[in-house]
Amino acid sequence: MTDTTKTSGVSRRSVLKGGAAVAGLAAGSGAITGFPTIWAQNIKDVTLRQFGTGVSNINAIAEKCKEDLGFTLQMTALDSDAVAQRAVTQPDSFDIADIEYWICKKVFPAGVMQPLDVSKMKYFDKLVPLFVTGKLTPESTIAQGTAPHTVGFVTGSDSVEFAKEPTNWLTMIPTIYNADTLGIRPDLVGREIKNWKDILDPAFKGKTSILNIPSIGIMDAAMIAESAGIIKYADKGNMTKEEIDTTINFLIETKKAGQFRAFWKSFDESVNLMASGEVIIQSMWSPAVAAVRSKGIPCVYQPLEEGYRAWGGGLGIAKHLTGLELEAAYEYINWYMSGWVGAYLNRQGYYSACLDTAKQFMEPYEWAFWMEGKPAEKDILSPEGKVMEKAGAVRDGGSFYDRMGAVACWNSVMDEDRYMVRKWNEFIAA
Amino acid sequence: MTIAHRAAPYLQALPLTLILGVFLVVPIAVIVMVSFWDYDSIRIYPDFVTFNYEETLLSWVTWKTYLNTLKFTAIVWAITLFVGFWVAYFLAFHVRTATMQTVLFLVCTVPFLTSNIIRMISWIPFLGRNGLLNTALVDAGIVPQPLEFLLFSEFAVVLAMVHLYTLFMVTPIFNTLMRIDRSLIEAARDAGASGFQILTNVILPLAKPGIAIGSIFVVTLVMGDFITVRFMSGGQSASVGLMMANQISLLQYPAAAANAVVLLAVVLMIVAGIVRLVDIRKEL
Repeated sequence: MTDTTKTSGVSRRSVLKGGAAVAGLAAGSGAITGFPTIWAQNIKDVTLRQFGTGVSNINAIAEKCKEDLGFTLQMTALDSDAVAQRAVTQPDSFDIADIEYWICKKVFPAGVMQPLDVSKMKYFDKLVPLFVTGKLTPESTIAQGTAPHTVGFVTGSDSVEFAKEPTNWLTMIPTIYNADTLGIRPDLVGREIKNWKDILDPAFKGKTSILNIPSIGIMDAAMIAESAGIIKYADKGNMTKEEIDTTINFLIETKKAGQFRAFWKSFDESVNLMASGEVIIQSMWSPAVAAVRSKGIPCVYQPLEEGYRAWGGGLGIAKHLTGLELEAAYEYINWYMSGWVGAYLNRQGYYSACLDTAKQFMEPYEWAFWMEGKPAEKDILSPEGKVMEKAGAVRDGGSFYDRMGAVACWNSVMDEDRYMVRKWNEFIAA
Repeated sequence: MTIAHRAAPYLQALPLTLILGVFLVVPIAVIVMVSFWDYDSIRIYPDFVTFNYEETLLSWVTWKTYLNTLKFTAIVWAITLFVGFWVAYFLAFHVRTATMQTVLFLVCTVPFLTSNIIRMISWIPFLGRNGLLNTALVDAGIVPQPLEFLLFSEFAVVLAMVHLYTLFMVTPIFNTLMRIDRSLIEAARDAGASGFQILTNVILPLAKPGIAIGSIFVVTLVMGDFITVRFMSGGQSASVGLMMANQISLLQYPAAAANAVVLLAVVLMIVAGIVRLVDIRKEL
């Protein structure tokens, strides 16, 4: 066994570190299951520090990674603002950044990350075209906002300039995305909810909420304002100063009229607001809806006529990573795309960027429920084994193409970002 | 020998000087420095620009937020002073034995065995629309509908702050009340003073240093608070600290630094005012 690993091993790496004893021990332990293409035994000593927003920083992924690839992954979950902040101000504190594309737009130009070599990506061809050309199907139109493909590539191996066309250099490998909408308490709203503007219904006075993360909250606000006929945006994801003024003034009026109960900033807050009945219609993220339901409280992730606000995230590599650690990072990324993680994310209600590989790790009935919008044949279990949906249930919003095909805008960073944030503070202070 | 003599006091003062220098003077100097820097959405640039101050001082949001923060400060100060004084008064003058005083004082500190944030957050399920209080009131037929103003309102913010900060008022006032010479009170009574006159002419003047120290605690804590305002108002209300926290989270460090400098100046002015009114060293 030691022989096999040595012959298939890349000999230059054995120079790096570690003796035959370590190699023998590692090989003998049987941890190597034939998955990785790096056979150097000292990879077991590698620890990669990954940080990102809570959604995909899941310990189960780190455990499976250890099992399949042999190296250790340390996960740190932070909120979106803290992620951006830490990536820029402490670039040596992470090896892998698991961030959203709008954060990437802010962070990548700071030169704290290195572009990824497409030719080393095993599953690049299998990526959902949304992340390459921006179009889900050849006919679909590109949504407004910071669409992932617009910040998905840079012009060269050490460039920080985003490329207009796909190149050989990725800023991040896309991993996870979803379409967000309003969450409602169907037992308490007492009417049909069809549009974003329904959150303004006087019947819901003091029972609504939107999120107080400016770059995402402004998008939800824009969806509401446009739906209510207050304004028509050229690009919601990149508003002019006048558009920002109109939107914020509209928000301030709504706030002063007492329409909102609270503004939430973290996932848990949104769950508590909904579960306690303080709020019956609000901006929400899909796992928060699942969390409310898991308490036995009805909650629907309501599809709306105007479409969804989408977001996408990916994995990027820190600038300082070199040598074996860099190899390990590429190894990790290829493993991430190879299906197990994708299936895990799909089962949580997100979407994997590599659907073909994820499908192989899912049961046909799971795939039919999550991806095709068909009624569940059996109970649908979460990756942890909890029942998420009973047999017969249908996913809110339907199939993958129904949901991702109806994206109206992406989370974004605007050119007038600084002005927007100042105005947003006025809204909160008003 | 003489050199050693002369050096001794400096050596003795050195540790504190170092600690204050490294952990107080240098950080403040850095904050002042950064407040003049330029920034964009991700980076800050060494520079000398004054627009961070212009944006802070010339915007109605800042003024409104400061007014709001000062309003919270005034209300919380008045309530904690009232409650704190009477709790301290009770402990100092009505509880006879020293053991009982110690026991009761320790009881006051029991809430401090849990963290600040937990104490604050535990109000949320209590005050909510379907919370304990509203359920009880509605079930008892006292109000027809749940009271909305109890949570995510300024009322909730003030309530939580009073709960969190009253002890900071009780402790120094209790301390000064305990030092009042009881014979002064007897003398006043012998001279024919009523209970109210004793309170206003003897006890209150002598309790001033404790009140001043307690006030400094409460004022600085409330002026700098952001987490209580955010959670208890449900993000609906603003405070200076919250404004800074928002700016920091968006990497606008120079703007936050300018704000911090302004806040520091305001708080120092308030503290200077308090110290001017009352000589706190007299009792220390």
